[in-house]
Amino acid sequence: MSWDDQLVNDVAKNENQFINSQNERTLTYVEALNEALRLSLDQDERVFVLGQGVNDPSAMFGTTKNLKEKFGEHRILETPLSEDALTGLSVGAAMNGMRPVYMHNRPDFLLLTFNQIVSHASKFSFMSNGQTKVPLVMWSAIGRGWGTGAQHSQAIQGLLVGVPGLKIIMPRTPYDAKGLLLSAIEDNNPVLIFEHRWLMKRKGFVPEEYYTIPLGKAQIVRSGNDLTIIGSSLILDEALEAAHEIYETNQIDCEVIDLRTIQPFDEETVLASVKKTGKVLVVDTGWIDGGVTSHLSVKIYEKAFSFLKMPIERIALPHCPTPSSSYLESEFYPGIEDILKTIKKLAGTP
Amino acid sequence: MTKTYSPRLFRYQDYEKVSSQEDVFLLWEMLRIRTIEEIIAQKYTDNQMKTPIHLMIGQEATVVGACSEMLKEDKVYCGHRTHGVYLAKGGSLEKMIFELHGKSTGCCGGRGGSMHLLDKEVGVDGVSAIVGGIVPIASGAALALKRLRINNIVTVFLGDGAMEEGAVLETLNLAALWKLPLLFICENNFYSVCTPLHERQPLDNIAAKAQAFGVRSSQVNGNNIYEIKKEVQKARKRALRGDGPSFIEMKVYRWLAHGGNLDDTDQGYRTFEEVHEWKKHCPIESLKGYFIDQGYISEDEYTQKKSFFHHQVLSVFDKVKDQPNPDLNTLYDHVYAK
Repeated sequence: MSWDDQLVNDVAKNENQFINSQNERTLTYVEALNEALRLSLDQDERVFVLGQGVNDPSAMFGTTKNLKEKFGEHRILETPLSEDALTGLSVGAAMNGMRPVYMHNRPDFLLLTFNQIVSHASKFSFMSNGQTKVPLVMWSAIGRGWGTGAQHSQAIQGLLVGVPGLKIIMPRTPYDAKGLLLSAIEDNNPVLIFEHRWLMKRKGFVPEEYYTIPLGKAQIVRSGNDLTIIGSSLILDEALEAAHEIYETNQIDCEVIDLRTIQPFDEETVLASVKKTGKVLVVDTGWIDGGVTSHLSVKIYEKAFSFLKMPIERIALPHCPTPSSSYLESEFYPGIEDILKTIKKLAGTP
Repeated sequence: MTKTYSPRLFRYQDYEKVSSQEDVFLLWEMLRIRTIEEIIAQKYTDNQMKTPIHLMIGQEATVVGACSEMLKEDKVYCGHRTHGVYLAKGGSLEKMIFELHGKSTGCCGGRGGSMHLLDKEVGVDGVSAIVGGIVPIASGAALALKRLRINNIVTVFLGDGAMEEGAVLETLNLAALWKLPLLFICENNFYSVCTPLHERQPLDNIAAKAQAFGVRSSQVNGNNIYEIKKEVQKARKRALRGDGPSFIEMKVYRWLAHGGNLDDTDQGYRTFEEVHEWKKHCPIESLKGYFIDQGYISEDEYTQKKSFFHHQVLSVFDKVKDQPNPDLNTLYDHVYAK
């Protein structure tokens, strides 16, 4: 049991927001990940999972539950507390025919591994003139709430989006979680997956079979004509909820795009929408300075400036470490109210 | 007060039982590598090799001794001092020289430079210019060989400086824990660029540090090719039996500066006496003397070989001007693997 399980249960949603069917096969996000790992480990004996706690009772939030019993302790490898060396080890294993999935509780722990991710994994294909491949997956779940504080809540995708050679994905639904994880394992490059802790107990439609979702492909989760909201992960979920609400109350029709892959991002889908609506809100679970919202906004300005009717709006975390006190947390984290306010601003509604 | 590091004395005569005429190739291989490095040092001032270089003149016995105990399919990984490892393992000289000149026919198409040589056909699998960075990667290669049931070992070459990096210490723990078929060869040449060992580590006990993590460790004289061969052979057998990793600390000396082609003794971080003393124990000169005493070779033969290698290397340099430069349109190739 993870210490924030109760909280995650409380925030879990019961329905996948774009598929509404009683008869569809429903799994929780965690179950979807477990299923993905199971299918991948079964299909390809080069795949193995490693990490601190993959074999303990909490089973990496439940994602690695019962895998050791089926695949053995060599393929579900419990590790010492050596993130830096273990990332290097994963790079070396990946270079030599294996497909490691290195799971971390939190992205914060990945900060210990930057030398291996940035100076090694991301560059070996290039430096070797294509003679070396590094098919490595690094998985972690962004923390939030219950006083988790500054060092256990960092969403670091913004720190890595500029590194050539890396791919970064941020799934949102159980369907996406399974498909994207399977794609990440198949991909021959280092792929970083940033889940979000608050999405992990939500339920949604998940097909039983092995399927992949192409990396670099966004999804329009709500079509609309008045403005475009772009983002991923939990905050896009909140944006989707805001979009439904504001259509009911104010008839503002938002197009909501789930990037799913942050790097490389789906320029075609994003720009088509921007050119259609001319009004853009970019959202991210990371910090406001630098980061993903700045990255996306500048790309949009560079490629679609003449189509914009207003400056791009951004919602992300303030330039401030995460406070522990729950009172300050609610001030710190942007939510549906902030999104609604910004939508109204873009729509020109008071 | 400058501390000096002295070479330890040994006698090749003590190795008479194991040495034979067949060992002469070891001398030629060291001589070949020495010749290559000397010519690179000379030609570096032409400014056509636009890459940082870290020559290993003086340290030839370690790589030649170690690689002579390995199979082609055994893998080697190393840090920035790449040339010796690459050549001793059998790496293509032409592809190396072309790589130093940034040509598309270089071993990495000009994208890697001196600090990232590669020749996968002979097991030169990976290099990192970040001190200590390659060590955990080598452990992953060893894990892969073990899991995929491939009967070969991985050797990683590191220096005394790398023994101060956390990731290297973490790797010793992992290798011992999982009994990886990994050989750590630590070439302790006492200086990290210009900073001597005693200013970086309170104890001169690198092998003991590795032993403390559970890795079977030994210390050898890095100028004595027979001692090196013996320890490497033992380590290789240990790894293939499933008994896990080994660590061999080899005490050696680099004659030139950390990087570049110059002798920087005049900078004052080490004494002329120390440099002179180590040069007296040159691994090539001393082995040559022993082989002549034993009647395996003659002085003339040595001179001829030296001249042969000299011409061989120069003829490779002559080919450089005919090598194509990388196509500028290929800049973005291989940023992502397909």
